[in-house]
Amino acid sequence: MTTTQTTPLVPTFGEAESGRKLAIICSKGNLDMAYPGLILANAALGEGVETHLFFTFWGFDMINKKTMADLKFTMLGNTATHLPQGLGGLPGMTAMATHQMKKSIAELDVPEVPEFLQQIVDSGGHLWACRMSADMQHLEKADLYDEVEAIISASDFIEKTDGAQLLFI
Amino acid sequence: MPTTTISGHDIHVDDEGFMTRYNEWNEPLGEALAAQIGIAMTDDHWKAIRFLRNDFPEQGETATLRRVSTVGGIPTKQLFALFPQKPAKKMAYVAGLPKPRGCV
Repeated sequence: MTTTQTTPLVPTFGEAESGRKLAIICSKGNLDMAYPGLILANAALGEGVETHLFFTFWGFDMINKKTMADLKFTMLGNTATHLPQGLGGLPGMTAMATHQMKKSIAELDVPEVPEFLQQIVDSGGHLWACRMSADMQHLEKADLYDEVEAIISASDFIEKTDGAQLLFI
Repeated sequence: MPTTTISGHDIHVDDEGFMTRYNEWNEPLGEALAAQIGIAMTDDHWKAIRFLRNDFPEQGETATLRRVSTVGGIPTKQLFALFPQKPAKKMAYVAGLPKPRGCV
């Protein structure tokens, strides 16, 4: 009996151009709510998925040069801290909670928001700002993080992300 | 644990084909692994792979893309150009290491 050479076991890394797309709408400006979108965008890009982020309403704080490095975490209204809600209202509490959260994030070697956005752009991600939010907050392209590609309308974003899977955060 | 043969090298791999024994790897094998996934190794590729190989015993886990860029000093953009689509997993494969477990 002749021996047949079996094919080597090699991982499949998917098709070169799978056409998979992901659209993430970032609508929150709290430190803790900024990260889910950033982490998922980064993960998707690392898997070869074309990724678009749309910043709207409070999510504008993530790309506004004045606020992006200074997002905050508050215990108020967040029962998942499992501490009495009244504590969250004490002076200095938000600053302390923010400091703690930033420390925990840094310990995992996860970058701060501006650096994370740069990593996403370097990985091929696209950043878009919402037209209505810009108008409401009287902000222009120059006020936003330099890597934001444009201020676009909601319908433009929907058009750009034709066929994409969508996450609203 | 399955074994497979890549260009004459008998190696232990997991169910997906990632190598499971650090010491079974050498650079000629790395070159053969790269060829399996359509990558022709250059000096720049080797710089990344050697960083992963040296980093693994110290850290006990495969460096993430971010670590290769911030600690290994190879820009993210370049890693995507060298190992297209799925750089972290492709680098781990060529370096004979498990897939990175970190999220970022």
